[in-house]
Amino acid sequence: MKRKGMSNIEARNIRNGLIFISPFIIGFLCFILYPTFASFYYSFNDYPIFKPPKWVGIEQYKTLLSKDPLFWRSLYNTFYFTIFSVPLGAIVALSLAFLLNAKVKGLALFRTIFFLPAIVPTVAASILWIWVLNPQWGVLNYFLGLFKIPGPGWLADPVWSKPALILMSTWTVGYDVVLYLAGLQDVPQELYEAAELDGASAWQKTIHIALPMISPVILFTVTMGLIGSFQYFTQAYVMTRGGPADSTLFYSLYLFRNAFVFFKMGYASAMAWILFVIILLGTLIVFRSSARLVYYRGKA
Amino acid sequence: MAFIAKSLRRKDNLVVRNIYRYVLVYPALLGLSFVFMFPFAWLVSTSLKPDPQIFTFPPIWIPSPIKWVNYPRALTYIPYLKYFLNTLFISAANVLGTIISCSLVAYGFSRIPWKGRDAAFIVVLSTMMLPYQVTMIPLYIVFVKVFGWGDSFYPLIVPSFFGSAFFIFLLRQFFMTIPLELSDAAKIDGCSEGGIYWRIIIPLSKPALATVGLFTFMFSWNDFLGPLIYLSDENTYTLSLGLAMFRTQRYTEWSMLMAASTVMTVPIIFLFFFTQRTFIQGITMTGVKG
Repeated sequence: MKRKGMSNIEARNIRNGLIFISPFIIGFLCFILYPTFASFYYSFNDYPIFKPPKWVGIEQYKTLLSKDPLFWRSLYNTFYFTIFSVPLGAIVALSLAFLLNAKVKGLALFRTIFFLPAIVPTVAASILWIWVLNPQWGVLNYFLGLFKIPGPGWLADPVWSKPALILMSTWTVGYDVVLYLAGLQDVPQELYEAAELDGASAWQKTIHIALPMISPVILFTVTMGLIGSFQYFTQAYVMTRGGPADSTLFYSLYLFRNAFVFFKMGYASAMAWILFVIILLGTLIVFRSSARLVYYRGKA
Repeated sequence: MAFIAKSLRRKDNLVVRNIYRYVLVYPALLGLSFVFMFPFAWLVSTSLKPDPQIFTFPPIWIPSPIKWVNYPRALTYIPYLKYFLNTLFISAANVLGTIISCSLVAYGFSRIPWKGRDAAFIVVLSTMMLPYQVTMIPLYIVFVKVFGWGDSFYPLIVPSFFGSAFFIFLLRQFFMTIPLELSDAAKIDGCSEGGIYWRIIIPLSKPALATVGLFTFMFSWNDFLGPLIYLSDENTYTLSLGLAMFRTQRYTEWSMLMAASTVMTVPIIFLFFFTQRTFIQGITMTGVKG
């Protein structure tokens, strides 16, 4: 008797559980599982959107890897952008958070100042920065001029276009600053006090207490930053359209071009899958290499 | 003796800390504040300039006369109100869809113990790894070629009614902090799961729901790639798309471009100031507990 009652409850719980998560089940099947399989299938097909897909096997992957210089160019540009913008963003955000954590007056005001750029709509920020970076009339080169530094051509110069975009991305680190600051404020005060008794300097407290304590937050933001920068699109589309001389043709921009300008849906799908694999590998590498560096409080 | 030495050191420490604060921290903060703020000053200043003062060296910071007329000019050159309403409609629909669907799903993943729940939740989390670019093309083909939804808002709205992993995760974490005893008590009183969801969990979760709503709003207000793919009729443009097109058409009229950018940014800054607490708490919730 009792047993039957239990299983009735279990059955009812399963039914109720499935009812509540049914929006996700439908969404998962329609907007994630189906398109994922479809995109995998298209990646083996020549599919100019107006004609039905035609099976070509791994031909498109081969073309991408061996015959398409723009593919490698876009990959290089994206790696370049990621390798500089993610660590630079983390360092700037961490420094700002440490400064704000020094029990300063006007904390809310400073935090707002550093956060505001992060909420400016991306297209508006892009247009603003085209003008900030204008080699002749822009305000950045004017400031550099005050220090007798000749400003480069920024977005007009293939050498300086990526650094310009990296600079702009550093302007929008506000979310990470807020995250790091919250993490720092969460560090138990006793740890600092104990270290002080042992004669630790401010620098030692930063390196040996604060940094390890917020290392999970750093891992989180770096991972998100990595994934985000591999999908970097809007700024490049609005500001440079990939130019000059393909120096800002980022991976997602080239993928977009193949899909919605040339309508090579199969080719773009193959690119999407390569991107997926790169992101998976990148995340895996970050997690593996950080395993010894990240400290989780809950664990022993 | 030890006591005196200790208090001396503490005093030393205080002095050192104050020197450190006034010589290093404040100047650094002020300098960096300037670096983060000058683009805003440049934005507003340029938006109010008469044309000849735009191309000057050194730059003029305070335009004279102040050309307020740049704003009405920019706002009539692009049908700003229409784009604004389009964006508002899409964002509001996304907020509604996300809050309804994600709270239901999160309830199923946190308040009802059912077999296979944790395995299913791993599926939810794993969908976060999938880049938008992978699903973008098949979804475009289905929405536009099969459903004929090109130039409509459906492709930008409908998916939000079926949950998104990140917000499901966030709400689940929040729902788990509400004591299960509340549900048990309600069940004894004959309340169904639906009743518990609606009368207990939702009222207790207003801060978390506000965070989800706010982030969803910001995200769809800011979205560019989605509208770019699906909307080609000017009447359906969002602000992001309209502004980007404006830039390609009038790429030298900086005062108007800056005025239009300012007007797109101002509502978001207002929203931020009115919801600052929710905002900051929300960001903290995503990272520290994540």
